[in-house]
Amino acid sequence: MELSSFLFYLLGALAIASAASTVMSRNPVASAMSLVLHFFMLAGVYLTLQAQFIAVLQVLVYAGAIMVLIIFVIMLLNLGDEEKLREKSSLRRSVGTGLGIALLTQLGLALLASNTDLTMLTAKSVEVGMVNAIGMDLFTNYLFAFEAITLLLLVAVMGALILARRPNSNEKIGSEA
Amino acid sequence: METISQIPLEYYLALSAIIFSIGVIGVLTRRNAIIIFMCIELMLNAVNLTLVGFSTFLGDTSGQIFVFFVMAVAAAEAAVGLAIVLALFRNNKTIYVDEINLLKW
Repeated sequence: MELSSFLFYLLGALAIASAASTVMSRNPVASAMSLVLHFFMLAGVYLTLQAQFIAVLQVLVYAGAIMVLIIFVIMLLNLGDEEKLREKSSLRRSVGTGLGIALLTQLGLALLASNTDLTMLTAKSVEVGMVNAIGMDLFTNYLFAFEAITLLLLVAVMGALILARRPNSNEKIGSEA
Repeated sequence: METISQIPLEYYLALSAIIFSIGVIGVLTRRNAIIIFMCIELMLNAVNLTLVGFSTFLGDTSGQIFVFFVMAVAAAEAAVGLAIVLALFRNNKTIYVDEINLLKW
């Protein structure tokens, strides 16, 4: 087997396994660690797609910034394992799993019905994944969207500060008490 | 033209579909708000994989630029979402979503 195919199967299997582990593990910290592994595996899959810039962003933004934020909040809340609390309804669990499997079946059927005819990467594909090509497009055709996203991030930071602010003694945010 | 990889696009789409479904199952079955949050990130990543796959196979940068924007929105969503979880925990002393029923009649 060719190395790139082998890498795809290995990274894909690990990505699926770590995603399943994220969903199934009882401990939130273990869940978060599985998600970090998942993000790294997905970055590898992006590399097999020649998308180098996106792979680097995946590690920096997701595995770096977002996961640090999530783990920080888990530590801050000091949550225990979920296993101490008895699972209240196995009904919801089975219905949820059934719906998920139904969705997967539907997606699989749609995938089988379609024929995209895209089996080969070309020299253009490699070029497209480079910072060069993405930067050229981002700062010409998508400049307005790029500037708008900076505004979105600013608003998000302000919103997060206001939401997470410690409320005054006579005022409670988000509750009617 | 020179060709590089033998993995067809469908394999990437199938991987993405599996990861997305795992994320959906997580959102529907878990009770911990932070884990539900992580499952949403899983689903966002599955869609990103689809976009990158099409972008690469079609030789068009637009898909990868879209992924760039999705990542920025996900970062903003993480900041606001976790702030909401913090505020929720401060008021209700729980982040299990079935115990938060303020809007339930």
